[in-house]
Amino acid sequence: MSTATLYGLCSAVLVGLGLFGLIVHPQPLRKILAFNLIGGGVFLLFGVVACRGAGMGFGGDPVPHALVITGLVVAFAATALAVALLLRLFEQTGQATLRSDR
Amino acid sequence: MSFALDALTILAVSTGAFFFLAGTVGLLRFPDALSRLHALTKADNLGLGLVVLGLLLQAEGSFAALKLIGVWLLTLLAGATVTQLIARTARPGGTHE
Amino acid sequence: MAFDTGLVLLVLGVAVWTIVARDTFAAVVGFVAYGLLLALVWVRLAAPDVALTEAAIGSGVTGVLLLGASTRLRRTETSGAGEKPGITLRLAAGMLCALVSAGVAAIVLKFPEPAPTLAPHTAANIAATGLGNPVTAVLMAYRAIDTLLETVVLLLALVGIWSLAPDRVWGGFPGARHHADPEGVLTFIAQLLVPMGILVGIHIFWIGSVAPGGEFQGATILAAMWILAMMAGLVDAPSVSRRWLRLLLVAGPTVFLAIGLAGFAMAGAFLAYPAPYAKLLIVTIEVPVTLSIAATLALLVAGPAERAPQR
Repeated sequence: MSTATLYGLCSAVLVGLGLFGLIVHPQPLRKILAFNLIGGGVFLLFGVVACRGAGMGFGGDPVPHALVITGLVVAFAATALAVALLLRLFEQTGQATLRSDR
Repeated sequence: MSFALDALTILAVSTGAFFFLAGTVGLLRFPDALSRLHALTKADNLGLGLVVLGLLLQAEGSFAALKLIGVWLLTLLAGATVTQLIARTARPGGTHE
Repeated sequence: MAFDTGLVLLVLGVAVWTIVARDTFAAVVGFVAYGLLLALVWVRLAAPDVALTEAAIGSGVTGVLLLGASTRLRRTETSGAGEKPGITLRLAAGMLCALVSAGVAAIVLKFPEPAPTLAPHTAANIAATGLGNPVTAVLMAYRAIDTLLETVVLLLALVGIWSLAPDRVWGGFPGARHHADPEGVLTFIAQLLVPMGILVGIHIFWIGSVAPGGEFQGATILAAMWILAMMAGLVDAPSVSRRWLRLLLVAGPTVFLAIGLAGFAMAGAFLAYPAPYAKLLIVTIEVPVTLSIAATLALLVAGPAERAPQR
């Protein structure tokens, strides 16, 4: 098994773990954490594809690398917005929960 | 000559790794936050210093060696500061001045 | 191979810890460690630019954001635990996630041989851009429109966060005012580290045209230095209605868009660079974009306004 395949399997497990955390945790902040875990796994999958596309003197295909860099920044922006919404919900209602019946 | 350098690098990095291990054992076994911080900073700084020393022998060029030493110094600085801040919060008297 | 296996086990172990830890603070600390280990994985995958970005943004700035949030939400820890799903839901979720993992693993194992790649296309045209780093060439020349839209997305996220401020503090100062002891340790390290960090950030931005680095990594370090200065109380966060702040934030995307539109006149397409001036135009775009992104990232962490503006 090559290095790239090993990391690809790692990314598969990370996506599954993150999805489990997203479904199972009731607290929204834990869900945001799990979502970032999924993101890390997906970016790792991109990285595996890039590593397999190495050639022409580059260590890896540069196009997926650029996509992942863009994705990391956008994921941070989305996380920041999600956290701000959560904190606002907490200030308004005194609880951080996604349940609608109170 | 390069064999001696490689052997020295392996020795230094292994000793550094042993110190990291000792620091982690202290983290897991010591009873309260302050003693854990003590174990961590002492052992980790020394461990990192030994690892950097081992890598210095393999560095290509003086600029790379300077960068390695810079990394060690910055980690020392950051570690010392964070340890102080955590210790002030964790000490029994609280965060008074 | 043994090192890679050990690293994968470590990453999976920390990921499992992040999911199963009871305390949210412990889970966030696990997440920061996960990000740093992922940066090591990126180095093993021969992607140093991505490793820098993952360590800086994926682990560093996101970690600061989540640590702050977990501290503010500490009171809700116990009440949230009462809604934990039952054992049947967890088993069903576990099976679904195992299926998803198996699906992704099947995709990984069935990757086509030989691997399709765009490296030859990148290598063929990189000389025209005048850059030495292929990832920067992709970001700023081949897929420049993605980078332009990314800067706009960052701005939109910031506008979204600012719109969450309550009416009474609208246009005010983000975050609480931090007061650190002027003789204390945090002030000392902020005074020592911020000038060094600014230098390192500018260096990483500048070196990105020929070596691993680039504007996003450099901008994150600059943003981190501003966040550190704000946390140590050395500077106060600027009020969100200040004109210089808003000009700084839109300067990057505006210059990017202007040069993009000028591409119609200069080389016949949006964001096309005429060959002899490509490097000059790219640098002209990169400098304001770096400053804007640094400001945007720092303000994304600072959050919506919480103190009323001075009149």
